[in-house]
Amino acid sequence: MSTLTEAPAPLAPAEPEHKPPRKRGRFTPYWLLLPGMLWLIVFFALPMIYQASTSVQTGSLEDGYKVTWHFATYWDALGEYWPQFLRSVSYAAAATVLCLLLGYPLAYLIAFRAGRWKNLIMILVIAPFFTSFLIRTLAWKTILADSGVVVHTLNSLHVLDVTSWLGWTAGDRVLATPLAVVCGLTYNFLPFMILPLYTSLERIDGRLHEAAGDLYAKPWTTFRKVTFPLSMPGVVSGTLLTFIPAAGDYVNAELLGSTDTRMIGNVIQTQFLRILDYPTAAALSFILMAGILAMVTIYIRRSGTEDLV
Amino acid sequence: MEQYQPDRLTPAQAAAMRRSLRNGRAAMTRRSLLRASAGGALAAGGLGALSACGIPAAGKSQGGTSAQDHSAQEKVVNFSNWTEYIDVDDKGKGHPTLDTFRRRTGITVKYTEDINDNNEFFGKLKPQLAAGQDTGRDIIVLTDWLAARLIRLGWVQKLDPSHLPHAYTNLSPQFRDPDWDPGRAYSYPWQGISTVIAYNKKALDGVEVKSVSDLLDNPKLKGRVGFLSEMRDSMGMTLLDMGKDPAKFTDDDFDAAIARLQKAVDKGQIRRFTGNDYTSDLTKGDLAACVAWAGDVVQLKADSPDVDFVIPDSGYMTSTDNLCIPNKARHKTNAERLIDFYYEPAQAAALAAYINYVTPVDGVKPYLAKIDEDAAGNPLIVPDKAMQARSHAFRSLSQKEETTYEEKFAKLTGA
Repeated sequence: MSTLTEAPAPLAPAEPEHKPPRKRGRFTPYWLLLPGMLWLIVFFALPMIYQASTSVQTGSLEDGYKVTWHFATYWDALGEYWPQFLRSVSYAAAATVLCLLLGYPLAYLIAFRAGRWKNLIMILVIAPFFTSFLIRTLAWKTILADSGVVVHTLNSLHVLDVTSWLGWTAGDRVLATPLAVVCGLTYNFLPFMILPLYTSLERIDGRLHEAAGDLYAKPWTTFRKVTFPLSMPGVVSGTLLTFIPAAGDYVNAELLGSTDTRMIGNVIQTQFLRILDYPTAAALSFILMAGILAMVTIYIRRSGTEDLV
Repeated sequence: MEQYQPDRLTPAQAAAMRRSLRNGRAAMTRRSLLRASAGGALAAGGLGALSACGIPAAGKSQGGTSAQDHSAQEKVVNFSNWTEYIDVDDKGKGHPTLDTFRRRTGITVKYTEDINDNNEFFGKLKPQLAAGQDTGRDIIVLTDWLAARLIRLGWVQKLDPSHLPHAYTNLSPQFRDPDWDPGRAYSYPWQGISTVIAYNKKALDGVEVKSVSDLLDNPKLKGRVGFLSEMRDSMGMTLLDMGKDPAKFTDDDFDAAIARLQKAVDKGQIRRFTGNDYTSDLTKGDLAACVAWAGDVVQLKADSPDVDFVIPDSGYMTSTDNLCIPNKARHKTNAERLIDFYYEPAQAAALAAYINYVTPVDGVKPYLAKIDEDAAGNPLIVPDKAMQARSHAFRSLSQKEETTYEEKFAKLTGA
């Protein structure tokens, strides 16, 4: 969409098709690209090449690592750690769905109903970002403490009996269970869902709603046939912005989780820093990247919004 | 933005715009650019570049390599330490012992608290040390297994005993001969760290905890027991509990201890494997009892009356954080003088009074008693003979053992 803004405003349809491009300024787009490209090369392409190389090396810290094209590392890593991959994907998916369920109504409210409270609510959405990710996550340890009000209430309402039966929690606690990790992920990435949703909803012309009403659409039908389809770009970018970082996150699993909630990010961290098995760590990173890329591609194709985001 | 929405233009306008996008200057769309740059990166990177990478062998020169010593010309020493691991004056800014050192020697200590985690710090220093470059640091503080690894890799320098008279005389016998640095040729302890069992009286609610077995087996503590994510501390305490000596265990002993912990994990007895963050869990009562570091427990006890500790009959683990001089450090002599300075009992007492860890210096007690009577009587700070006898150290591991054991322990903790 942004590329369209470059188009010259008054277009005379009668003009001849091929106007010779002006000589000067022909390379301007490339010059403008230069800083960004350099940045990408130094901080993205080069590290990627380095990691790709690491993933096919063998050796040890003392003897050094050499490229031996040992692709079996990928296979071994996948065979060993597929449960963590699966867990990462399912936690991230659960968090994304929760974010959408929580974020959509809020974004809708801010875009259409908030009136003069709009700015205040927006600030409230963004405000948590002024504190560190770690602090925000640690705060949940206090909120969900075993002897805290939240857990006590959930216990007396027997909610935790149900979630324990489903395997989301263990016993009468929330912390150190899958539920806590998913809640932490949802909380931490919620603004990434709300902001794109809001931008997309806010652009919808209010007159379309009126028109739908004039054509005897009930509010729900208006939402289903008009508002939601028009907000799809927001839904798609919001879900991507939530799902991708959530799948690679390890902080929530580390602080709010337990041994059976470790995600692939934790495995990669352990392999890199503790076990010093750099090839396996690099291979795991690439498998994660490839997996996410594949899922995202399918998702974008399926949602038919390729040209909208 | 709005006026360029394609569907609001006349069909002719839209067609013209599409043409211009496809053929004109604007033809460089994001999508084509992405494709082009991805292709370019691959081509530029190429498979040749992949094989050109590699990590050089590390251990070449056991004994370390020195740089030219600038100690005489530059009266400074760069000291990297863990956070909150030194005395602080009342204003919370200065470090009295470092000031005393400067007054006495004229050497300014550039003190940086940039170590938070052994593994991370190793990752940070590795590129420079592996390439044989100066790290910009003259003294670093490493927990013994990491110090052992750096000595093994030849990344730290041998100390000059003639600069360390106090250190040589006053080092507590308990720490004199670790198997990874016999006779302390490369390192001197900064502080000792004891691993004990801590508990929250209120959360225990009458349940008695005296040993690691109690932690692992008592069903009343299900889901409220914590272990440390530091492999040597958790495994050491478990080995002791099983009657094995952490200084001499075999592979089979290690596997048996892993199996014992795994059983507790499987039945949900162990809530988490934690780093330092167990402290808040313990004070809140989310953890009723856990394997803990004594330095933290002394602090927690002062803040919260419910927290206390117990030393199992089978004994406890003590590791050390060690002062080392990395390769190519510019101010080796100054660094050695600073190490020696902290082995004067009066200075060691000033430090011990503030930070609550095990002091590695003999003869501290009378000096410490003058500053803080309670600390001097606390066996967790100044261990008596009986305490020292129950203290155990984890044996040093070969690189292969280290990898295997860490891998097994990682599996236990979830990955």
